[in-house]
Amino acid sequence: MSSPITMPKPPMPETSVREQTDVRERALPSPAKISVRGLNFFYGRTQALSNISLEISERVVMALIGPSGCGKSTFLRTLNRMNDTIPGTRAQGRVELDGQNIYEPNTDVVDLRRRVGMVFQKSNPFPKSIFDNVAYGLRINRLAASKAEMHERVEKALTDAALWPEVKDRLKSSALGLSGGQQQRLCIARALAVRPEVILMDEPASALDPIATQKIEELIVELKKDYTIVIVTHNMQQAARVSDRTAFFWLGKLVEVNSTEKIFTAPDQRLTEDYITGRFG
Amino acid sequence: MDHQRIFDRELDALRDRVLLLGGETETALQRAMYALIERDTPTAQQVLKDDDQIDQLEVEIDRLCIDTIALRQPAARDLRFVISVVKITPILERIADHACNIARAAIDLNDEPQLKSFIELPRMAQQASNMLRAALDAFTQGDATAARAVIEKDDEIDDLYDRIFHELINLMVSDPMTTTRGARLLFVAKHLERIGDYVTDICELTVYMAEAAMIKHTN
Repeated sequence: MSSPITMPKPPMPETSVREQTDVRERALPSPAKISVRGLNFFYGRTQALSNISLEISERVVMALIGPSGCGKSTFLRTLNRMNDTIPGTRAQGRVELDGQNIYEPNTDVVDLRRRVGMVFQKSNPFPKSIFDNVAYGLRINRLAASKAEMHERVEKALTDAALWPEVKDRLKSSALGLSGGQQQRLCIARALAVRPEVILMDEPASALDPIATQKIEELIVELKKDYTIVIVTHNMQQAARVSDRTAFFWLGKLVEVNSTEKIFTAPDQRLTEDYITGRFG
Repeated sequence: MDHQRIFDRELDALRDRVLLLGGETETALQRAMYALIERDTPTAQQVLKDDDQIDQLEVEIDRLCIDTIALRQPAARDLRFVISVVKITPILERIADHACNIARAAIDLNDEPQLKSFIELPRMAQQASNMLRAALDAFTQGDATAARAVIEKDDEIDDLYDRIFHELINLMVSDPMTTTRGARLLFVAKHLERIGDYVTDICELTVYMAEAAMIKHTN
């Protein structure tokens, strides 16, 4: 006679609720790095930004999206006063970096732009060697006390920009000999060398092929561990891939700012939805 | 701003295919129940024959959804629509499978003497069929309120199932000769009860599509 079959008791979980798994690392709640309050901006008599109020937390990626001419690049450039270089421009309101209004008359704009670096749409390396491009900001700001420190900081910046393995054996070669994607990462390294706190990126991958774009995007995700990043992009999927929060601009106004997941699945504003689903813009 | 995008036409075409699948599924259920109650075996066989078309329609819609996601990368309400279709399509196909199972039960039962009564099975079938139609209408209109109203109706199906279950058990206990036929009818009732649950799932997805609210498992 065979013995009766018994069922072994299955292991029981210690808690009944399973841990939630997220596909991407969430940005932890962090204090505001940049607070914009009631910002208006004018090119001569033309108002380009109207009453923008927005908080950008520390170590998050904030994407700015919107149709051409909506003011997103203008807004980006207000964050380190790059618009000051354009004659006839005027800003009203407050842009606070760590609680300090950067539009105060006594603001040291050079130091501001060191703290809030910028990477442009078209890579713009200087016609110098790879090394000298990265070292440039360190030299003019006298940020390296010795040759050894200079080398150390250049290597660190190139490493952080995910370029070091590709250029470490040709640091003395001209930067103009690099590919478009490498040149853009060199520009990011140049921005990183002076140890900024915020990095502004104006369509940093729009001129790059998909592989170079992917490298830049992966770099952005890496960089947010140490930096606050604000990126303007026309590529909606890029905003979705790299950013934690997304702000939608339209006709110089901020229509909606929300978590990127929310914006791309269920935005609060109909206008935002119409834009991201391609119904206008 | 409201210009008709090529993508809108593609989404409309996708919606039309889902409605076609829904219509075929509804027909399969109605025919299966007609075959059972009116003891019409050819109609039951027709349900089984037509199921291949329903399966093919499911595959076609799956392909359309994959193409849409790959080529259009939908966002916001377009994304919610495509995701809802991806999830509703296999639900409709499964409802049609239940209709097939009812049709098979009809074919078997039609060879035997009829039980004195089908009790409330026709009413339950009518209720399931009405719910399915209302759910498809709500989906087409993107009407979350209508979808929620359909969900409320599922309790009636569950009540009918409980009543039919107990009456059939009593019948089988009192007259063991009815056991085989009674057991088959129990399964029919269970198929209808499951269809009520599936229709509820479709309505929950319609609420998600319309409002981005996930109401599943929230009671």
